[in-house]
Amino acid sequence: MIKAEHVGYIYQKGTPFEHRALYDINLEIADGTLAAVIGHTGSGKSTLIQHFNALIKPTEGRVIIDGTDITNPKTDLRLIRRAVGLVFQYPEHQLFEETVYKDIAFGPATMGLDKAEIDERVRLGARLAGLREEHLQRSPFELSGGQKRRAAIAGVLAMEPKALILDEPTAGLDPKGRDAMLSVIKKLHEENKDMIIIFVSHSMEEVAGIAERVIVMNEGRVEIDGTAEEVFANAERLRRIGLNAPQMALLADKLRAAGYDLPENIYTVEQAAAAVKKLIGGNTGA
Amino acid sequence: MLRDVVIGQYVPGKSPLHRMNPPLKMILMIAYIAVLFVIKSAAAYALFTVCAVTLIMISGVSVGMILKGIKPILYIVIFTALLNIFMTTGEVMWSASVFGLTLRITKEGVTAGALLTARLIYLVTGTSLLTLTTPPLQLTDGIERLLKPLNKIKVPSHEIAMMMTIAIRFIPTFSEEADKIKKAQTARGADFESGGLIKRARAMTPLLVPLFISAFRRADELAEAMEARCYRGGGNRTKMKEQHITAFDIKAAVIFVLAAVLILLAEFWIEI
Amino acid sequence: MIETKNLSHSYRAGSAEQEKKVLKGLNLKIEKGSFTAVLGRNGSGKSTLAKHFNAMLLPTGGKVYINGMDTLDEKSVFDIRRTAGMVFQNPDNQMVAAIVEDEVAFAPENLGVEPKEIRSRVRECLETVNMTKYAETAPSKLSGGQKQRVAIAAVLAMKPEILILDEPTAMLDPMGRSEVIKTVKKLNKEQGITVVLITHYMEEAAAADRVVVMDGGSIALDGTPKQVFSNVEMIKALGLDVPQVTLLAYELNKAGIDIAADVLTVDECFTELAGLLGGNGK
Repeated sequence: MIKAEHVGYIYQKGTPFEHRALYDINLEIADGTLAAVIGHTGSGKSTLIQHFNALIKPTEGRVIIDGTDITNPKTDLRLIRRAVGLVFQYPEHQLFEETVYKDIAFGPATMGLDKAEIDERVRLGARLAGLREEHLQRSPFELSGGQKRRAAIAGVLAMEPKALILDEPTAGLDPKGRDAMLSVIKKLHEENKDMIIIFVSHSMEEVAGIAERVIVMNEGRVEIDGTAEEVFANAERLRRIGLNAPQMALLADKLRAAGYDLPENIYTVEQAAAAVKKLIGGNTGA
Repeated sequence: MLRDVVIGQYVPGKSPLHRMNPPLKMILMIAYIAVLFVIKSAAAYALFTVCAVTLIMISGVSVGMILKGIKPILYIVIFTALLNIFMTTGEVMWSASVFGLTLRITKEGVTAGALLTARLIYLVTGTSLLTLTTPPLQLTDGIERLLKPLNKIKVPSHEIAMMMTIAIRFIPTFSEEADKIKKAQTARGADFESGGLIKRARAMTPLLVPLFISAFRRADELAEAMEARCYRGGGNRTKMKEQHITAFDIKAAVIFVLAAVLILLAEFWIEI
Repeated sequence: MIETKNLSHSYRAGSAEQEKKVLKGLNLKIEKGSFTAVLGRNGSGKSTLAKHFNAMLLPTGGKVYINGMDTLDEKSVFDIRRTAGMVFQNPDNQMVAAIVEDEVAFAPENLGVEPKEIRSRVRECLETVNMTKYAETAPSKLSGGQKQRVAIAAVLAMKPEILILDEPTAMLDPMGRSEVIKTVKKLNKEQGITVVLITHYMEEAAAADRVVVMDGGSIALDGTPKQVFSNVEMIKALGLDVPQVTLLAYELNKAGIDIAADVLTVDECFTELAGLLGGNGK
């Protein structure tokens, strides 16, 4: 479980450049959750997720990972970083080995595992990230953009983390690369029942498709936190902080406002199509 | 780490030093250094000190900022001063025997040490004053102007200045990127902090390789973007910001030269 | 005006290594003053096509004419580049100068424009992209959207007739994306600049007058956004998106519900549905 208790963070504290990124964040993310974090650039979402694997320590409050307080000076941060894998934005830029295999092996090798175990981990990571066997012996620079990114993610998965955090995993990918990435995340969630997966995204449509829980950040605070349905029901509030609800939620809102009787939880095309069909069915049936 | 580089540490202001024409400022800086290396006498140093302090005062740059510039060379200054004090032969002022070694301080040694210390400190003070009061881009433009006459002997003045401009432009970009990659590799278990020198150097690979790859990619794209905007080297190029010599510059130069003459007079006349 | 005649491009053409055909005989005419989006997934050849429009790449077969100038004619290279300015994907990698106004001055300086004229162009172009306030700021202090607007101003300073944008929003957040698209639309409408926008975001393509869909080095679809996006099956097969409302209309059509297939916005879709449902409301 990942827990944030009254977490605040100030960059360059005590200097003239001091600036506050987070205010009093309280979150509890249970094992097995697939959560999305949404917010503008500068909303504090990147700062927040870096707390979850102790790359940043809160300047106020506590972050507790599986019962271990990362602010405790006695905590071995390397263990936290193994437990919580963090994939940065454009992770393909950090690839550095001659082959995909070696790059994925980098993380497990720092854990002091033996060769056979590393090999096992590399293959596991690659499989989970949706890479094929034949990719492993290639240079990472020969892969496509989406494959490169998944190779970088495989490197984190090979450390067998209990939680995986991805900062904008779909940024800059084309629709096909994006869909491949989202299905990797979805499959990972389905196959690893206890793993916490948190991903940052800018796209409401993307989030609506797969996340169970949505955390909306705004100006360093948690603005809305709930299930996808609960969050997208707040179309007006989302718009006020400059975020758009998915098109289908907006459309459903409009229809409801015009007096049509639509159920509350509509934010994907399938849901909207079903609702409209029902309305029309009711219409002809009457 | 790159953030501590002194170049580009420009302090905005409207002081006479800020307003001076950059190429002229550079020429005067060279004169300043030349004078500094000629003088030896106490009288000349006293005058020089007065001039240097006056320069700092009119620049509006805080003394703290100047001291910050001196800090990195502090150890060199102390080391060379000590070397001079103990190693110069001459009239012995003090001596002692430590662990069988005889340490001697001579009058000549103290003089030489003091001279060298003053020289190094004034050298750094002067050059920091130049960079602190001139925006980096004007510095590179100034260098291009100063080197222009050397075009005849095939010194690529424009290209040198262009390279410096691009370097200045990309310092923050690379520093940010280095931070980011370092964090990303730390998240993968990389350890940049512990271990001996060799272990640490080896640990840098996951940081340096991506940085180099990114540098090449950036260079490639930048070249393309420059070409797309009709860049074709220095020939036929104009400049939006022209650096004209104004009446103020002439006045400043005259004052500067007079001060230099006074200092040199003190050096060569008062001694006699 | 841009015209390609049977344009082909192969990487490693004529070398011993395996030749890779990226463009396969394209015929395309882009009218002056139009706003065309070129949509396609990675590897469809859209960026290669764009780089032919300002002679950064030269055809290995066929011809490209910019305002009648042949890009293969070495003498016109700089005239072509001045006529067809190009903005690139990565905002950080296309900035040369350490201050915004110097960045905008860079192109006219290269062209040998008089200093006074450069000044006024810089002022004007920064005004156009709404970045006057940041004239003396370092690019590293700007947001992605602001950087791309500066990059647009830096190209406008050449007074181009055509603006080619090669995935200018791929690395931006939604706010930056809309800033850039708004700016581009304004330039097209108010200054009559011909815009060619390369993108893989369908929302952006929907804002254009014309959408050219590229696939495997050829043109797969060409028409108004409405015409193009109503081909839902084909667009999806090409690995691209359609707006959610268009997808909804498609799903409803499939279920035998009669609704216009070419809706692109929430408002259009609402009007269609309300018309269909008639008195069911209120």
